[in-house]
Amino acid sequence: MPLFPKPAEGSWTEHYPDLGTGPVSYEDSISPEVYERERDAIFARTWLNVGRVEQLPKVGSYFTREIDAARSSIVVVRSSKDEIRAFHNICRHRGNKLVWTDYPAEETSGTFRQFTCKYHGWRYNLEGECTFVQQETEFFDLDKGDYPLASVQADEWEGFIFVNLDPANTTPLRESLGKFAKGIEGYPFHELSQVHRYRAEVGSNWKLFIDAFTEFYHAPILHAKQSVAEESRKLSDIGYEALAYELDGPHGMVSTWTGGGEPKDLNMVKPIERKARSGLFGPWDAPNIGLDELPPSLNPSGHRAWGLDSFLFFPNFMLLIWKENWVITYHYWPTSYNTHIFEGTCYFAPPKNGRERLAQELAVVTFKEYALQDGNTLEATQSMLESRTPISTFPLNDQEILLRHLHKTANRYVNELEPRRTPAATGA
Amino acid sequence: MPNTLPAQFSDLEPFVDWAVPTERARYAKRISSTMEELQSFYDAAFPRMDEALSYLEKFSLDAIPDDAKHLLWLYCALMTTSFPVEVWRQPRVPDSGAASFEAVSEPAI
Repeated sequence: MPLFPKPAEGSWTEHYPDLGTGPVSYEDSISPEVYERERDAIFARTWLNVGRVEQLPKVGSYFTREIDAARSSIVVVRSSKDEIRAFHNICRHRGNKLVWTDYPAEETSGTFRQFTCKYHGWRYNLEGECTFVQQETEFFDLDKGDYPLASVQADEWEGFIFVNLDPANTTPLRESLGKFAKGIEGYPFHELSQVHRYRAEVGSNWKLFIDAFTEFYHAPILHAKQSVAEESRKLSDIGYEALAYELDGPHGMVSTWTGGGEPKDLNMVKPIERKARSGLFGPWDAPNIGLDELPPSLNPSGHRAWGLDSFLFFPNFMLLIWKENWVITYHYWPTSYNTHIFEGTCYFAPPKNGRERLAQELAVVTFKEYALQDGNTLEATQSMLESRTPISTFPLNDQEILLRHLHKTANRYVNELEPRRTPAATGA
Repeated sequence: MPNTLPAQFSDLEPFVDWAVPTERARYAKRISSTMEELQSFYDAAFPRMDEALSYLEKFSLDAIPDDAKHLLWLYCALMTTSFPVEVWRQPRVPDSGAASFEAVSEPAI
């Protein structure tokens, strides 16, 4: 008997019949060829979250993003019209990388009044218009107006900044984000301005880490030692069941109970958690962030034990909204078929005093302990998948529905990829 | 005097080298410490934690005096060192191998 009701079909997975229930191939996570196709079919064509508006507090604030999977470096800036603009990070003169500090491959951020190329001093205003050419009269019939920076589609949803590197894209951001995003609108993300950002280089395919973070089936086992012994035994006996799963196009979400807030029995948690009143599920005492009523996408089953909703916005942006009024985001940026950069960011309401700051610190360092365990396990999975033992398919259970959906969605994008028309092919 | 704690916490002065301003540096100090060092820091600081929390509750972070700031740093270090002492029985996270997870930005205290 399930602890929480499942759809009439008998399982979450069968509620979405296209998913099937058979074992799943992980060839898509160990093949350099599949990865090359994912770069073109997914990362060069979908809306990608690259940051938040708080990173661009005033006109001229900028940050760069290295999007290796899309073979792109972009610079995102708050323009003189107070709009968020994105450009390919390339000088129109001879292709030098326009914005970088010390190391060309590393991301950077700051504030400037205009773009100035380090190489020959060409300048562009914050709208991307070329405003200065060094020794302009040495050129031949050059009109600066013909040399603006190459613009990238950029838009914002609830303070999250997205870009789309496909100049032919015609799907607006909001339409692309679908009904989950629509139903989150109004959540006071701007109140959660206390930000801890972590980064890890992970030796696995990008989808394997999403797999790890879209199922909680592993939690009572892999992280067993992080609970006190008695609680740990209880958790692994019960196993894990979510409150609800939902899919919407390429996106998916899991709604779950947690151990959040003050536990009924204080002996369930570690001594430091009792003192700090905080832990993996965040500070126990939720701050007031002006959230009178949950937006409709949150706690879809309306369960009183609700503690967390975790959304995967395809391809690589996860948004976790906790009952205790804080948020985590995950981003997975592939760098090869078997490596990626993982970013985990915790957002809290600004702490009112040192006690609240300490409670947040414990939540963040606990998150780090878990992530270290998760990340290393992925390398163990990747290496065995790559060894191509006779085992080539793997069974996924009903609590792993989002994994099944992710791999199916990624494969669909790859299979639908048409060869990109090159300028030569179109005769341009 | 650099890194001096509030007078009522002077008994923690022998551990004031744990009053480090960033998570990255606190974690680095944790994994380069022995279990004996971690345990003795924990044994000294944990019993004073309720008192420290009450003390720190009095200060907003934009107006926190230096000695209280050092106390807050020291207790932030207790957060990260609690894992080896309460759970792992070793400085590193078990099964974490060469995995790293680096703070790239954190709110300054």
